[in-house]
Amino acid sequence: MTKLTYIVPDGTRFDVEAENGSTVMENAIRNGVPGIEAECGGACACATCHVYVDEGWSPTVGEPQAMEEDMLDFAYEVQPNSRLSCQIQVTDELDGLVVRIPERQA
Amino acid sequence: MGEVTRTDVLIVGAGPVGLFAVFELGLLDLKCHLVDILDRPGGQCAELYPEKPIYDIPAYPTISAQGLVDRLLEQIEPFEPQFTFNRMISALERQEDGSFRVTTDEGEIFEAKVVVIAAGGGSFQPKRPPIPGIEEYEDRSVHYAVRRMEDFRDEDLLIVGGGDSALDWTLNLQPIARSLTLVHRRSQFRAAPDSVNKMMALKDQEKVDFQVGQIKALSGTGGQLESATIKGVDRDVEIACTRLLPFFGLTMKLGPISEWGLNLHENLIPVDTEKFETSEPGIFAIGDINHYPGKLKLILSGFHEAALMAQAAKRIVHPDERVVFQYTTSSTSLQKKLGVAGR
Repeated sequence: MTKLTYIVPDGTRFDVEAENGSTVMENAIRNGVPGIEAECGGACACATCHVYVDEGWSPTVGEPQAMEEDMLDFAYEVQPNSRLSCQIQVTDELDGLVVRIPERQA
Repeated sequence: MGEVTRTDVLIVGAGPVGLFAVFELGLLDLKCHLVDILDRPGGQCAELYPEKPIYDIPAYPTISAQGLVDRLLEQIEPFEPQFTFNRMISALERQEDGSFRVTTDEGEIFEAKVVVIAAGGGSFQPKRPPIPGIEEYEDRSVHYAVRRMEDFRDEDLLIVGGGDSALDWTLNLQPIARSLTLVHRRSQFRAAPDSVNKMMALKDQEKVDFQVGQIKALSGTGGQLESATIKGVDRDVEIACTRLLPFFGLTMKLGPISEWGLNLHENLIPVDTEKFETSEPGIFAIGDINHYPGKLKLILSGFHEAALMAQAAKRIVHPDERVVFQYTTSSTSLQKKLGVAGR
C-alpha cells in the first residue's frame, strides 16, 4: 500500500492508504476527502479533480499529457504544479505523495 | 405564439436512456419527440467521452460511448423519433385535459400526453469561468455564446479560451470589433491548427492581441465592463475591454427542471420503482436524473427503467387498450413494428 496525503485549503490533512494502479482521484473519493468533485468520473473530460502537486514531488509525478493539459484550461487558478488527480496513477514511487486541493473546482 | 407540435410522449434529453425509451415506447405504439440542449443525440456519451470504452453494457464486452449511441439510433429508427436539438425545455404545464404543454427556451411549443425526463446530470450549459465578481457583468458585458454578431460591432472584445469556440469567434468577430484580445492559459491550443494559424497571422498583422495568462480580475461601473487584469507569465497586464466572451466548455446544471413543481431530492427527481413516475402523474423520470432506494447511475439501469415506464405511459396515452406483454423474438405484431416481420 502507498501512503497519500491530501491537504485541503483550511490546512486539514487527510492521510490515506492507496492501492497501486488506482488513481489519486479515486482515493480521494473513496476516503471522502472534500473538494474533489470528479464530475466526469475519471474520464479526463472535466477539470473538477484538480490538485496541486506538493513541492518536490512534481518530477516524480511527471507532466500532464496533452489531453490533460487541454482539460486544465478549464480549471481554477492553474499553476505549473497543477494536475488532474484522475490522471495520476498510484505507484510505489509515489509513497508519501502530498497533494493540495484548490479552493474551488472551476 | 409558434405552431404547436403534438406527440404522444415528449422526452427531455436524448442521451442513451432517452433514446432507448423511444424503443420501449415504440413497441407499444407510442410516438416520441426528443428535445436536447446539445446539437446531436447521445448526451454525456457524445459530449464528454465519445471515444471512451464502456464495459458494462450487457452483451457488449466493450463498446465506445459513441458506438453505443450509434447502435441505439439504429435500433430506434423504425419508430421514427423526432428530434429538436439546441433547445432547453423552459416551461412545463399541465392543461385542463391532463396533457402537458411544454415550451422551449426559443418558444417552440409541444403538446404531449406524457413527459419523460431523461435529462441525466442536467442540461449542458456554458461553464462560468472562475473570475471573482464576474456575475456583476453578466447582464451587460459577459457573453457565453454569440447569438448575433452585430452585438459585438465596434466593441473592445476580450475572448478567453483555447478551443475551437474561442478561436472561431476570434476569427469571425475580429473584422467587426474595434479591438480584440485573445487570452489563453498557455501558447498551445486545442483548436483546429488551421484556425490557430489564421489567428497567429492576425496577431502578426497586429489585428489581434494574444496574451498568455489567466484573467484575475474585472473592473467596470454599473455592470459595464471596462477592463480586465490578466495574470501573465511574469507580470500582470491590464486590458481595456467592453465585452468578455469566455469559452470554458460545458458543465451540467439541473436548470429549469427545478421550477416544474416536481418533488426534488438533492437535485434528483424521486420516482417509484414500479412506473418510475414522479410526484406528478404523467411525468416520468428515468436514468441518472431520478432517485429511488438502491438507485445506481448505470446506463443499464436506465434501460430497465425505460421499459417499465413505457408500460405505465401506454396506459395513460391509450387508456382503453389492453396491454399484452409480448416478446420481440416471437410476436409477429412487434416484428411488424420493427420492420422485420417474415425475415
